[in-house]
Amino acid sequence: MECVFGLVGDGFALVAADTSAVHSILVHKSNEDKVMILDSHKLLGASGEAGDRVQFTEYIQKNVHLYEFRNGIPLTTAATANFTRGELALALRKNPYFVNILLAGYDKNIGPSLYYIDYIATLHKVDKGAFGYGSYFTLSMMDRHYKSGMSLEEAIDLVDKCIIEIRSRLVVAPPNFVIKIVDKDGAREYAWRESIKDAGVSAA
Amino acid sequence: MSIFEYNGSAVVAMVGKNCFAIASDRRLGVNLQTIATDFQRIFKIHDKLYIGLSGLATDVQTLYQRLIFRHKLYQLREERDMKPQTFASLVSALLYEKRFGPYFCMPVIAGLGDDDAPFICTMDCIGAKELAKDFVVSGTASESLYGACESMYKPNMEPEELFETISQALLSSVDRDCLSGWGGHVLLVTPTEVQERTLKGRMD
Repeated sequence: MECVFGLVGDGFALVAADTSAVHSILVHKSNEDKVMILDSHKLLGASGEAGDRVQFTEYIQKNVHLYEFRNGIPLTTAATANFTRGELALALRKNPYFVNILLAGYDKNIGPSLYYIDYIATLHKVDKGAFGYGSYFTLSMMDRHYKSGMSLEEAIDLVDKCIIEIRSRLVVAPPNFVIKIVDKDGAREYAWRESIKDAGVSAA
Repeated sequence: MSIFEYNGSAVVAMVGKNCFAIASDRRLGVNLQTIATDFQRIFKIHDKLYIGLSGLATDVQTLYQRLIFRHKLYQLREERDMKPQTFASLVSALLYEKRFGPYFCMPVIAGLGDDDAPFICTMDCIGAKELAKDFVVSGTASESLYGACESMYKPNMEPEELFETISQALLSSVDRDCLSGWGGHVLLVTPTEVQERTLKGRMD
């Protein structure tokens, strides 16, 4: 089942997520990227109902882009987090989006930051955060091993520890994960942690 | 489980001699899982007026944003700050507006009014005011807060003693409540100064 988690390190923030598209007992896909590169310096890790997740994250992305086109300056990570919360809160009492979000970003003069936004629009700035069944393991893992100002190597090591814990302790563990980072040079995919590949379609 | 207990909270306000104190816990949880231990539930309206919001964290944030907005409009139109009594009526009206689909928060309002007379008041989620001369409590730890405040409170305390009393009442109450705690946040307001202190409590 879904696992999305992230943390803030020294000069960077990262978001990791499982890459399984699951419906009831069926795995439809094991390379579904749930961490969107929102703009040049922002990552949006999302979990929740598949349709809502894609729809809502794209809606946020397009509006963040629109703001930048209109005003010539991008939204800060804090502003994006508050915009996202506003949209979720507005939807909450009409027809809610079931999407939990970890928003990571890097701003000049501010540095890296990570925001926790759940589907009922609770916004909180955190150093480390997680959603889904994986959070039962990753939060404890990060409480134990996280230090403020971790280097990228230390952070990736911690992410790998978390993934190992999920794979070994969670019954419904997803096989594959994607790790993305954002730092002063921008947001980018860092690595995949795959234990299975999607079976290719054999020729008829 | 009630929606008021989803995130966990404890808010208390006490009156002293020409001063008041307002305090809250710092936990942000999702049922039994702790998300963060630096959540803010007490907000400044102006130098001598504060509001503490217990209950559902998302509604705490939404309500706070709406209240700040309304207070800013008032300041622009009237060119002065709101009296605590007036502000309490505003909060009450804002809550009752949503009578049949309420914000799941219970506010605690504390301020210094004309000639620095302290004013404290609490409400239910649909804006029924409850005025008090001594102390008011709210949140998942409200039962234990009542007990602690009832036995520790004395009328006409000086600021230093008031700080000690409200801090001890808060810390001892949240230890008997699973959903609140993880430190405290205390504001001590006198006619001349505001002291803001962060308490360390049991971190379990």
